[in-house]
Amino acid sequence: MTNATLSHRTAGRTRNRYGFRTVAQMEWRKLRTVRSTWFVVGLFAAGMIGLGVLAMTHEGYAQLPVAERASFDPVHDSIFIGLLPGQLLAGVLGVLTVTSDFSSGMIRATFAAVPSRPLVLAAKAAVLGVIMLAAGEVFTLLAFFAGQAALQAPAPHAALGQPGVLRAVLLAGAYPGLIAMIGLGLGAVIRHAAGAICAVVAIEFLLPLLVAPFGTSVQDDVVRFLPEQIAALSLTVVRPDAPALSPGAAFALLCAYALVALAGGAWALTRRDA
Amino acid sequence: MIEAQGLVKRYRSTLAVDNLSFDVRPGTVTGFLGPNGAGKSTTMRMIMGLDRPDAGQVRIGGKRYGELRWPLREVGALLEAKAFHPGRTARAHLTALAASNAIGRERVDEVLAITGIEKAADRRAGKFSLGMSQRLGIAAALLGDPRVLLWDEPANGLDPEGIRWIRNLMKNLAVQGRAVLVASHLISEIANAADELIVIGQGRLLAQTTVARLSARAGSLEEAFFQVTGGVTDYSGSL
Repeated sequence: MTNATLSHRTAGRTRNRYGFRTVAQMEWRKLRTVRSTWFVVGLFAAGMIGLGVLAMTHEGYAQLPVAERASFDPVHDSIFIGLLPGQLLAGVLGVLTVTSDFSSGMIRATFAAVPSRPLVLAAKAAVLGVIMLAAGEVFTLLAFFAGQAALQAPAPHAALGQPGVLRAVLLAGAYPGLIAMIGLGLGAVIRHAAGAICAVVAIEFLLPLLVAPFGTSVQDDVVRFLPEQIAALSLTVVRPDAPALSPGAAFALLCAYALVALAGGAWALTRRDA
Repeated sequence: MIEAQGLVKRYRSTLAVDNLSFDVRPGTVTGFLGPNGAGKSTTMRMIMGLDRPDAGQVRIGGKRYGELRWPLREVGALLEAKAFHPGRTARAHLTALAASNAIGRERVDEVLAITGIEKAADRRAGKFSLGMSQRLGIAAALLGDPRVLLWDEPANGLDPEGIRWIRNLMKNLAVQGRAVLVASHLISEIANAADELIVIGQGRLLAQTTVARLSARAGSLEEAFFQVTGGVTDYSGSL
């Protein structure tokens, strides 16, 4: 009923052209009426919370040498591990949001309804971004609380009120949403799910491995700029150590990556025939 | 209603559409005939702004497709069967497209009824037969009650009853003053449904005429078609 009233209202306004709002309504309906969307969100929840709890119950703080106990970070340890599958799921959902249109022919129905292709991509980004940001923040918070509850004494527990903790949880929660934007942009450029998912996996998992055999100086120069390491070393950590980027700089860089991917996607959609 | 001027489309070395000009008038069903590979679908995609012409231009009511304010309310296209996500229900597919052009939900119910698929509206469209998929594509084309209809092989997969239905639907839409351009390689369908005719081969305009005039040349539309397209068929077999 709400939807019917909504569309009546939009039709009744003096609006005389399609625009971001109507296109976002289309993309929201497209995204929510496909099962894989909610399957991915469900797996994301299970991974964030389940792995967070598992990591914290097996922390083994009591067995740590005293010297290493100072670097124990109950925030990072409860939220980072779930981001590993989380970033894969977010990237894949971003890819599928655009490649499923191409594989089904829906892209032509979409561009026939909305000839402005950057607007279609912007609407997809907004809808998917809001879903993944909301899911990311909620699941990260839940992983944090569940993780602290599962952590055994004598390990120190973290609370949101402590310095840097809320910041780490919030930035970690935003990470999958930004990865979804990178997936969306790659999907718009590559158009095929298999190829675009390979690209996502390469960026998230292969690049850090490729850098590993080089010396630590190369690692320091390169690794801290890779998305997965931004999450590992800067976003999810209460007190990042040099050479890791500061949380603010790391987050800004990640946003820049997402924007570049989306801009590339918009350019590719506009330039090529559908 | 639709004016194409000097359209050219090249794919690498092949010239798919070669300096094609034609007009489609409102109030008529215009048949778009040509052998396989003649450039019919490419031309339709260029009308829709999906493919960019290498030269020439096409206008709908004087506007480029990209300038239309509510494209679904101006042009209803059926370009390919199964242009939908197989996991989405027919109703979800139509409701999503309708939302983009601020078309209300009651119109979705209307087009489901017009195309006779209301009973299947809440089933996943991926399970549809070709005929049902085609009806869903036509439902999408009718969503915005458009003045221009562009249909590529609409009778594809339809049973005899469905073919008669779509023929009458096209005639009714034209009688209401709309422009209907229907591409097909089924000459008998065009002979039954269309008034005007555009014949192309190897991307070039071979004739813009009427069904009656072309048929009169050789006794039947089929014979006349083979006379006109003789020598421009890309693929032919032999007995």
